[in-house]
Amino acid sequence: MSEVGIARTPREAADWSRGRVVRANLRAVAGRAYPRIIGLTREPSWLFFEILLPFLAVSAFVFVYRALGAPEEFVGFVVLGGAMTAFWLNVVWMMAAQFYWEKDQGNLELYFTAPMHLMSILAGMAIGGLVMTSSRALAVIVIGSLVYGVSYQIAEPLLLAGVFLLTMIPLYGLGMLFASLFLLWGREAFHLAQLLQEPIYFLGGVNFPIRHLGAVSALVVATLPLAVGLDAMRQLVFPGQASEGVLPVATEMLILAVMGVIFLVGARLALRYLETLARREGRLTLRWQ
Amino acid sequence: MPDDLSIHARALTRVYKAKPEPVTALGGVDLDVEPGEYFGLLGPNGAGKTTLIKILTTLLLPTSGTARVAGFDVVTETAKIRRVINMVAGGEQSGYGLLTVREQLWMFSQFYGLPQRDGWRKVDGLIEVTGLQEQRDQKVRTLSTGQRQKLNFARGLLNDPWVLFLDEPTLGLDVAAARDLREHTLAWKAGAPGRTLLLTTHYMVEAEQLCDRIAIVDRGRILALGTPGQLRRRVQAESIFRIELDHLPENGGLDAIAGLPGVVSAVRTDDESSEGAGADRVALKVALADDSALTSVVTAVAERGSHLVGLAKSEPSLEDVFVELVGRGFGASDEDGGSRS
Repeated sequence: MSEVGIARTPREAADWSRGRVVRANLRAVAGRAYPRIIGLTREPSWLFFEILLPFLAVSAFVFVYRALGAPEEFVGFVVLGGAMTAFWLNVVWMMAAQFYWEKDQGNLELYFTAPMHLMSILAGMAIGGLVMTSSRALAVIVIGSLVYGVSYQIAEPLLLAGVFLLTMIPLYGLGMLFASLFLLWGREAFHLAQLLQEPIYFLGGVNFPIRHLGAVSALVVATLPLAVGLDAMRQLVFPGQASEGVLPVATEMLILAVMGVIFLVGARLALRYLETLARREGRLTLRWQ
Repeated sequence: MPDDLSIHARALTRVYKAKPEPVTALGGVDLDVEPGEYFGLLGPNGAGKTTLIKILTTLLLPTSGTARVAGFDVVTETAKIRRVINMVAGGEQSGYGLLTVREQLWMFSQFYGLPQRDGWRKVDGLIEVTGLQEQRDQKVRTLSTGQRQKLNFARGLLNDPWVLFLDEPTLGLDVAAARDLREHTLAWKAGAPGRTLLLTTHYMVEAEQLCDRIAIVDRGRILALGTPGQLRRRVQAESIFRIELDHLPENGGLDAIAGLPGVVSAVRTDDESSEGAGADRVALKVALADDSALTSVVTAVAERGSHLVGLAKSEPSLEDVFVELVGRGFGASDEDGGSRS
């Protein structure tokens, strides 16, 4: 039966079954993911900014490694790191800073007054961003591999896919957590996003094997999903001494799973705090405040 | 019974933290709105209208007092309220510019949990009702201000709200677009019996045209409440004259006129900011206890060096009611958004 237009009173209209609440939230996820996915076809400029520019950054490291006579696997590390960078950029700019920009557009008020949970909006942003960025990351890998002749030895493709997905959960969970925190802290989301961008390039081991950071690496791996995931994926894609990881793949997968839970629960708590504060203070959801 | 009302508020207050001292945006509002009623909150900027709407739409907590929407408490039953309300604000830029009109409405329909087929059917119906057929596949960022506000209005009807909040919906629209939007609102009224509208506006015509009852608010308080006719009758006993002068009277100006015997109030109704920039006359609205007081007004104007350019008797409007209640026109409102407490 249709869920629309059958209520005879406001009380009936407000009486939603648990199943209807779940379905409504799933629809909200799809609704919010839609503009991100459709954006692929609407904004062709991404081909330049999000494929060509990252590819140039990758190329710089490839030339350095080849000039220094580094193992050939390092070229593959950089290409894979360049692809994963796209996800980090997406998390910082299109997840963490998004609520701040939604506030300026006036969307945040509408999200608050709609009957879905704000986690559904964040999940929609994350899924849409993941789909959109996957195509860009794939493009970087394909172009990088063809131009620099990278060869992959993937013995366990399903495990690799599992590690990738397991990396995305805490990575986007972190973005969901940051979305609330940026709004709470940020006078300017732009500056906060910039603040996070470069340090993670370095600490995440995007352009070099993370174990070369030495003792610090273990600590880094334990806190940054990008670093853990990248380290595990490099072990699976380039088996050999050069790609020896900080920790075994299984351990890193466990770390990723725990991180995923922590960041998603953190995002939920931060959202609840945000909404309480917004209603109490009366300014967080309003434009220009 | 409060639960049977669309909106019920008692002693509702909202105080914002501010420096050097808190600002009282709502100072104890009592309000009952019946199901099916179109209710207007009329007042200048900073009167507390938007604060009241934000509390009723669950965006803001009251500092004290109680409020219920569709029978649900605004503090503890927010989820239920959000299923039966919607809100449209003037100048709204919501959504995403890269989406088409149709896609944008569909996206919002998903936020209200409409199933796919119902959602698209609803979207297409609203596009037709609001006259956006030609723009249905046009990107939102290419719409004019008027088209954009029609889109926002359509968004506000996606979930068939039982209580629709329109916050200054025609703000910034040209005359034709504002008229269109008011017509769409009236059409919704005719087609959705039992639905309630709460409108905030500072346009008298809009309130009179759309609302069954109106509350005149200023500085966080309801000063008068009734049908437009009831409110007008409050000043019916007085004679209202529109007087045009070549310039403001000297020696006391407007205050001198307002202080004459038999003069109830005198306010300037033209745009004061245009003075000295080519304006060749000023317009005053003067309420008199009796027509006979007009002679002394005309004499006083002449004695103060001004020349009478035009004179007409006018029927009382809601603005006259407002002027009588607060002693000033809308244009002379406070800028700080509330009273200090």
